[in-house]
Amino acid sequence: MEGFRFLDFPVPDERGRFGPYGGRYVPETLIPALEELEAAYEEARRDPEFLATYRRYLKDYAGRPTPLYFAERLTEELGGAKVYLKREDLAHTGAHKINNTLGQALLARRMGKRRVIAETGAGQHGVSVATVAAMFGLEAVIYMGEEDVRRQALNVFRMELLGAKVVPVSSGTKTLKDATNEAIRDWVTNVRTTFYILGSVVGPHPYPRMVRDFQSVIGQEIKAALLEKEGREVPDAILACVGGGSNAIGAFAPFAYEEPRPRLIGVEAAGEGLDSGHHAASIAAGKRGVLHGSYMYLLQDEDGQIAPAHSVSAGLDYPGVGPEHSYLADLSTVEYAAVTDEEALEGFKLLSRTEGIIPALESAHAVAYAAKVVPAMDRDEIVVINISGRGDKDVAEVKRILEERS
Amino acid sequence: MSAVREAFERARSEGRRALIPYLTAGYPSPERFLDYALGLAEEADLFEVGLPFSDPLGDGPVIQRASERALAQGVRTKKVLELVERLSHKTDVPLLLMTYINPVLAYGKERFFRDFAEAGIKGVVLPDLPPDEDPEVARAAGEAELATVFLLAPTSTDRRIEVVTGYTTGFVYAVSVTGVTGARDRLPEEIGALVRRVKAKTELPVAIGFGISGEATARQAVEAGADGVVVGSALIRAIEAGEDPREVLRAVRRGATL
Repeated sequence: MEGFRFLDFPVPDERGRFGPYGGRYVPETLIPALEELEAAYEEARRDPEFLATYRRYLKDYAGRPTPLYFAERLTEELGGAKVYLKREDLAHTGAHKINNTLGQALLARRMGKRRVIAETGAGQHGVSVATVAAMFGLEAVIYMGEEDVRRQALNVFRMELLGAKVVPVSSGTKTLKDATNEAIRDWVTNVRTTFYILGSVVGPHPYPRMVRDFQSVIGQEIKAALLEKEGREVPDAILACVGGGSNAIGAFAPFAYEEPRPRLIGVEAAGEGLDSGHHAASIAAGKRGVLHGSYMYLLQDEDGQIAPAHSVSAGLDYPGVGPEHSYLADLSTVEYAAVTDEEALEGFKLLSRTEGIIPALESAHAVAYAAKVVPAMDRDEIVVINISGRGDKDVAEVKRILEERS
Repeated sequence: MSAVREAFERARSEGRRALIPYLTAGYPSPERFLDYALGLAEEADLFEVGLPFSDPLGDGPVIQRASERALAQGVRTKKVLELVERLSHKTDVPLLLMTYINPVLAYGKERFFRDFAEAGIKGVVLPDLPPDEDPEVARAAGEAELATVFLLAPTSTDRRIEVVTGYTTGFVYAVSVTGVTGARDRLPEEIGALVRRVKAKTELPVAIGFGISGEATARQAVEAGADGVVVGSALIRAIEAGEDPREVLRAVRRGATL
């Protein structure tokens, strides 16, 4: 395969709508900046030189393509379909986030913006932004909830080591949602000089489209690798975890709008259970509304106040889900399921034990749900689980939880 | 002419620009909000009530804190309706409602505007809704006979000015800075250019908001060509400090008097 391509998808429309979802619900101050960003992105994706540069960084810097690995022992253990793992955990910085941050940083450079800002939850996106900012010599400011700063001290140190400034956010729930508010406030204030590197397929148009396009390298590589290994591009099912939804949309998008289509399964975080009120399953248990500039499924109370999300995995701890996921859920193109903290921990242990791969707690949600569906499938069927990140960052937290129980 | 437009005319006939104080409903408590609001409304031309939202991304720290405090006391849409109704029975000053779009959608657009109009609201300010993003909102507000107010910023292009004023029936809310709400010592010079560009496209009154903190900033706004000034964070800051917010409004009045 010659590498990543900018694919043409049927959504969003010119107004950034995926069906009714998406759009641009932001203060008027930002509208010209979003129009400028949209035009710059449109121009960049048609520029062969931009494409060549992006491909070069994906290959030489991020270490792509990441392997599609046949998980033989996990396959045996589950006793159903043949299981492949898409190894995003092997990309530089240990997660799929780099696909997007490289693309947006290149765009920032092309637009002449020397200052980049970002929001981060657990710190994975923040580290990824700090990394590319260091590599391109850009000034980086990362907003992170005070609660997350405390829980993820090591990632704060990483970002600082990489030369970024980390700003703790003390408003609201002191987590990702509020860090995103603060990043948007910074952007409103410094819009003329600053590029906002949003980390997921959320936010105002063109972000959900742009982040999807950059992340679609995951699905494109799955196709190429399967063709080589199995003589066909399309597996029978693909599973990925869904918080905001960028790794899932990246894996799904190249398959979602054409036939034959595999079963696409997005796995949300059910936290302590969907009935507990402590979860992050916006599709399974949310209602439509507007947050961070986009119309999408959200966790909110009956008055439209945003409800706090909960998940053992900080990367899924977000009260909304991207507009394209909201759209694909309504169409039933993608099935959405949810697994609890408890099940995710089992998935975490299962993959570690059978394959010697410690997945991120986020990705462990996809593993846990695969453990439910794979045994019921035929042995000649093929399943791909997107391992969106590696679990080193979660080992201390999992140790604490397991010790608390014993 | 709507009550909102008349308020600008009346102020002008009295040799001033319209004074538009803002408070977050339910801050510092529902009852004390009513006392402060009534006191401020008596010395104002229009009064803006904020319906608190959990994620006020257009607001600086002062209004964020006020919103959090009001929400923590259980102030939600129904409570704000009740407070507005009580306020409107005690003052003839036209009341505006400021809120983010999600509480409107959650309540139902038509019902939201109808219920607030019945409670005594005369106009709505929606800081995170570019009006063309959901034209149904302006239409539903109009059907409830509410004046619509949308924001324009120094970054707004002439095309955006045309689009936004096309949906506006109350006044244009000109944001003085590229930034969030919050009191400032000085307004940026570029605000004059924005007011001129807006006035070249529309007959609507233009009020300047964000950063108005007292006499000097109000005078700057008037010199920039504003027909009104909005003051919010500076009032809440006064309440936080245990001071009388009417003193701040009086300073703004001095700056807004010709």
